[in-house]
Amino acid sequence: MKTYENTGSKDTRSGFGAGLTELGKTNPNVVALCADLTGSLKMDEFKANHPERFFQVGIAEANMIGLAAGMTIGGKIPFTGTFANFSTGRVYDQIRQSVAYSGKNVKICASHAGITLGEDGATHQILEDLGLMKMLPGMTVINTCDFNQTKAATKAIAAHNGPVYLRFGRPKVANFTPENQTFEIGKAVHLQEGTDVSIIATGHLVWEALEAAKRLHEKGITTDVINIHTIKPLDEAAIINSAKKTGCIVTAEEHNFLGGLGESVARTLAQHHPTPQEFVATQDTFGESGTPAELMEKYGLNAKSIVEKAEKVIARK
Amino acid sequence: MSSTQQLQDFVTQVRRDILRQVHAVNSGHPGGSLGCAEFFSVLFQEVLNASTDFDMDGKEEDLFFLSNGHISPVYYSVLARSGYFPVQELNTFRKLDSRLQGHPTTHEGLPGVRIASGSLGQGMSVAIGAALTKKLNGDQHLVYSLHGDGELQEGQNWEAIMYAGSHGVDNLIATVDYNKKQIDGATDDVLPLGSLRKKFEAFDWDVIDVKEGNNLEAIRNAFKEAKAKTGNKKPIVILMHTEMGNGVDFMMNTHAWHGKAPNDEQLESALAQNPETLGDY
Repeated sequence: MKTYENTGSKDTRSGFGAGLTELGKTNPNVVALCADLTGSLKMDEFKANHPERFFQVGIAEANMIGLAAGMTIGGKIPFTGTFANFSTGRVYDQIRQSVAYSGKNVKICASHAGITLGEDGATHQILEDLGLMKMLPGMTVINTCDFNQTKAATKAIAAHNGPVYLRFGRPKVANFTPENQTFEIGKAVHLQEGTDVSIIATGHLVWEALEAAKRLHEKGITTDVINIHTIKPLDEAAIINSAKKTGCIVTAEEHNFLGGLGESVARTLAQHHPTPQEFVATQDTFGESGTPAELMEKYGLNAKSIVEKAEKVIARK
Repeated sequence: MSSTQQLQDFVTQVRRDILRQVHAVNSGHPGGSLGCAEFFSVLFQEVLNASTDFDMDGKEEDLFFLSNGHISPVYYSVLARSGYFPVQELNTFRKLDSRLQGHPTTHEGLPGVRIASGSLGQGMSVAIGAALTKKLNGDQHLVYSLHGDGELQEGQNWEAIMYAGSHGVDNLIATVDYNKKQIDGATDDVLPLGSLRKKFEAFDWDVIDVKEGNNLEAIRNAFKEAKAKTGNKKPIVILMHTEMGNGVDFMMNTHAWHGKAPNDEQLESALAQNPETLGDY
């Protein structure tokens, strides 16, 4: 099996910041808006380099989304930045009417997604955002797995014409994808080849999936591992092909099992190639305070949990 | 447009269009539409420096955003009669496969519309965003917007008003359709707005009151005054005192016609009060 090396753990939000900094230099139409979380979103460098293109809107997310929608008229490409909770649930109708239905070229960039936000607790840990966003017609939904991929995705969405939701997180996680990768929206990344079980993962769970594949390999089980960075549009062919090869699927995500990647995969398979599937995801619950590692363990969002679900689904074949 | 009589004829025809659109599908919002007929007519016939050869980006031209999207009948009539799309298309209002949706949208590609509106309270932010882009682009043209007074109960407006005031967005002329009525009754009964002048002034806006919001000359003068105030580090708001249902006697002095269509007899009476001027569609 292929070996993936962690070249040094970093937070995915810093990947966003690095991508935005590059965009500032290469694309004069890119503007950035932030709702009082400039440091948390790693937007400081863009702000310092291009003060005229940085808009501090204060703690007023609804206005931020509306401003961004309006700024597209005349050719700007607005990137909005705040926590995932305030990027989606708080402003759902603003996104629905002023961005999605109006077809505006706004990039909604959301940090601190999921339970790994940690100690701040459930008020800030949104586990429903992927579902909210993927239900909006025309919305592209991306959830990246590490620093390098988040940086590449940030640059790629500027070149894509249409509304995008880009989801990333707070904690430092393994950085293992190529430094100067080409990010292709809607294209799955095949990380491991195997025939016994498929693990289809997104975001922070991708590294955990690779770790799970190693442990399964030690037990004589070979694993197909696919990184789905784009939840919508979903690379259905990659999922169907893997299901045909292995005959069983585990999906893994830092999100509620209602509305997330797992449901999109299940719908695809139900329609094209019915396959036994198990879900590594939160089980229709809110989160709580704790360290990211403690929370991932308690809510079953790690390599250990993926291995358990893989063995369970193999038995169902 | 050269004469007040010509513009008055335009307004009268717009009133007929509003009434005929909502009657044909027995739905829509005639009250606020009739109350804003003069505003739209002056804006599109005399004020806006904009091309009817519609381009979404609207660079080097004035822009208009309708935030209270339910008054789409007046918007559609004035857009059509100003040359944005064929007047005959008013026949399709609220029907299946139409570009003239119940509330305005960009989704069906109707020329003249740059944002969807209908869910209230979002247009102020959008207009300010477009004004910011004009500044970034070095584009000296202005952004105009219209908002319902009841709509100001939505909190997003005040986020936007605070932003524009504190950042001196002075290429924006917002107008409030101050008819003091909303679906459930008088704004004073539903949720009193207090002094809009004091509120906007407290947020560092320039405020212009138009006591006669259904008087063409008063609206012309208000726009002149507002344009003269642009570029002074303050956004501008026109508080336009209108009469909901204006021009149709039985639709005035009540909130009852906010979102109700006239029946056949009522239409006949309403049209008789507004004789055909430029030709019905």
